[in-house]
Amino acid sequence: MRLTRLLKPFSGRDWGIHPDDHKRPAADAPLRVMPLPARLYLPVQQHLGGAARPTVVVGQKVRKGERIADAQGMVSAPIHAPTSGTVVAVTDITAPHPSGLSLPAIVIEADGDDVWGTLSPCPRPFELAPQTISERVYAAGIVGMGGAAFPAAVKLDGAARARVDTLVINGGECEPYLSCDDRQMRDFADEVVEGIRLMLRATGATSALVGIEDNKPEAIAAMRTAAAGHDCVRIRPVPARYPMGSEKQLVQVLTGVEVPAEGLPADIGVVVHNVGTARAVRAAVVEGKPLVSRLVTLNGNCMNAPGNVEVRLGTLAEDVIAFAGGLKGDGLGLARRVLGGPMMGLQVPHWRVPVVKGTSGILALDADEAAARQSHPCIRCGRCVQACPMGLLPLEMSARIRNDALTDAVDLGLKDCIACGCCAYVCPSRIPLVQYFVHAKGELSRQDRNRLRNEATKRLAQQRTDRLAREAREKAEAAARRRAEREAKAAAKTDTATAGESA
Amino acid sequence: MLAAVSSLALLGAALGLLLGAASRWLRVEGNPIVDELTDMMPGSNCGQCGFPGCGKAAEAIIDGTAPPTCCPPGGKPLAAAIAAKLGLTLDLTTVADEGPKVAVVAEELCIGCCRCSKVCPTDAIIGAAKQIHNVMRDACTGCSNCIEKCPTDALAMRPTPITLQHWVMPKPALHYRGMPCA
Amino acid sequence: MKEILLLLLSTALVNNVVLIKFLGLCPVMGVSKSTDSALGMGMATTFVLTLASAASWMLDNWLLQPLGLGYLRILTFILVIASVVQFTEMFVRKRSPALYQSLGIYLPLITTNCAVLGVALLNVEQQFGLFKSLLYGFGSALGFTLVLLIFAGLRERIALAQVPAAFTGAPIAFITISLLALAFMGFSGLNV
Repeated sequence: MRLTRLLKPFSGRDWGIHPDDHKRPAADAPLRVMPLPARLYLPVQQHLGGAARPTVVVGQKVRKGERIADAQGMVSAPIHAPTSGTVVAVTDITAPHPSGLSLPAIVIEADGDDVWGTLSPCPRPFELAPQTISERVYAAGIVGMGGAAFPAAVKLDGAARARVDTLVINGGECEPYLSCDDRQMRDFADEVVEGIRLMLRATGATSALVGIEDNKPEAIAAMRTAAAGHDCVRIRPVPARYPMGSEKQLVQVLTGVEVPAEGLPADIGVVVHNVGTARAVRAAVVEGKPLVSRLVTLNGNCMNAPGNVEVRLGTLAEDVIAFAGGLKGDGLGLARRVLGGPMMGLQVPHWRVPVVKGTSGILALDADEAAARQSHPCIRCGRCVQACPMGLLPLEMSARIRNDALTDAVDLGLKDCIACGCCAYVCPSRIPLVQYFVHAKGELSRQDRNRLRNEATKRLAQQRTDRLAREAREKAEAAARRRAEREAKAAAKTDTATAGESA
Repeated sequence: MLAAVSSLALLGAALGLLLGAASRWLRVEGNPIVDELTDMMPGSNCGQCGFPGCGKAAEAIIDGTAPPTCCPPGGKPLAAAIAAKLGLTLDLTTVADEGPKVAVVAEELCIGCCRCSKVCPTDAIIGAAKQIHNVMRDACTGCSNCIEKCPTDALAMRPTPITLQHWVMPKPALHYRGMPCA
Repeated sequence: MKEILLLLLSTALVNNVVLIKFLGLCPVMGVSKSTDSALGMGMATTFVLTLASAASWMLDNWLLQPLGLGYLRILTFILVIASVVQFTEMFVRKRSPALYQSLGIYLPLITTNCAVLGVALLNVEQQFGLFKSLLYGFGSALGFTLVLLIFAGLRERIALAQVPAAFTGAPIAFITISLLALAFMGFSGLNV
């Protein structure tokens, strides 16, 4: 019965792909905790939305957990010092971003003491008001730990406002190579479940569905044990398939309801959070600890010792790799450096890039795995159409984007594309389809920006013309007034003169 | 002979009268498409196209005396939009679009003469007499009207830096082995 | 009724002006870049063709033949067609400035569209009555619009495809329309 319900929404349509998941042996290696590196580089933008504004000055001593940058704007998150030490610089560093551009980062030199500042733990968290929970989450700077890095408190508040009834917890981890969520659930299942219950309270949802892909039996068992006794938290194994961990797909599989096009899960009364976020929420609410570290998967054929490592935010990828056993042959044969998963992760130019809140993996891929792809013209086989989990037509959209007909591509549903990469993965012509879609979305938002700018320019130009006209008018009026005064004076003079004469 | 000449003359006169009446009935005041095009232009009347204002440029583009690519602040996107509106085909690869630029004041050279702020179409330059001027980056359209007015060459056009928020993933390049494709 | 349908079918499909008689190829190649302007052109041509075939029938039967002025036929027909086109141009300019802009030079060139004069002359040759002439003109125009629309749709698809460099532009358009003509030849085997 359960199986048919799972398959029902997708009966007749075989979406997604089944790539070789490469998760083991990294997932089975015990979790390692990385010792403190000498320096930490904390970019001011580690989340979606407005960049945080640094509140520390160079030379200032900070304690572990102290806030070093404030959130700015509606969608933003503060940043905290991952250890105690001294702020030595605020400088530009290569961003964990496909552009390879740099962004400002706060550099902290660790003093080795690693002492927490004053924390405000809460012994009875389930008596807190929902609003207080999300305030604590906001203050802790927690963002979505699955990779998108959307500020978690904003999502909790939005869910409470939208009166969602179901909280979907994403333990799908469908990206190949990655296993940090798996490890999280195996080793910290109790903390994750407590975090889920806190999030239930914050959002006002009545039940939580935890979707875990069935290729992680250990995680499912651990979570079932932890959730026993809590009826509101239900563990639901889902078939392993990429992109099962994408929120719209997971929601549809778990609840049987499809998220509307260009809509959000909140539109159907659902909100989705990651298991890592749940654990961070618990730490923030119960212990009062801000987000200062995360689990990162090290994997790829070039990695000496694949596994999961708990890393302070701001640690350079090269330091993490050095701690975890380095690269095979000192990086000889390395073809691609990726932060995140191989499907949706970011390719970076070198390893001097810091781990940020959304970094789920550090992958060193060799030439076989990276598969340098020479593309060929489309042969219209339609495999991308079958693979697309959103039911779009990648071949048609990319042809339009190639000819710069972006609005036509939008008509075909470009805005619903989640850039999961399934289409490019199955394409026999190896067309870089995702790159087309990401390019088109960026180009469209640039056009939007330009349009707004044009409107502002027009307004400014109009104001200037009005101002010039007003000034000219005032000048003319003043001249007329002066002339009138002069004439009046002259008239008065002649009047008195004539009066004098007549007298 | 007479029949042929008179019948053709009559026919011509009758059709001419009909057309004359029709042209009165179907008179078009101005050219509505000029207004539509003017709305699409940046509207700062900066004059870089060589016409006095955006409206005149729109007229020239419709007449065909100016190419749709004549507006530097509008750049490629505007040229493409105009071409689409007028049903023209345009080779956008020949359009020199170096990306957006803004004017920047070199503080050590500015003498505070106020000449630049008078010609700025969007009032983007602030400053008073004998005070160092500054350009508000958000309001500058990059028309470079102010550059030649500056007596000390303190103003220069600089490309706006690309930030993470403004970066756009480049379009995939087409490289095929074998047969070249368009 | 059956006769009317038969006439429309035979003029629009079996004896298509563009693909079977090869008349009016200029606008078919020129205004087929987008379906929107193709539809506008088709409608303008339909209006001109229908009206011109009726007007030319009246001229021929009521003026030229009674006076024995058959040798003035082409001259007077062109005069009538030009006037109708001029009227259409004014109308389109008033009603749809964008279409007027996108049709450009091809709108006044309907005057010299050989399909219009050709249909008028064919009417005289086949000695149709007024109503049949009207139908013949309308059917031909329908066929013209149909081909223009189909061809514009194909060209829109081709614009998205990656055509080998040597074939881009006019060559692939000619190949396409020749295949379309082959397809229309199939209608000659239609058993009605």
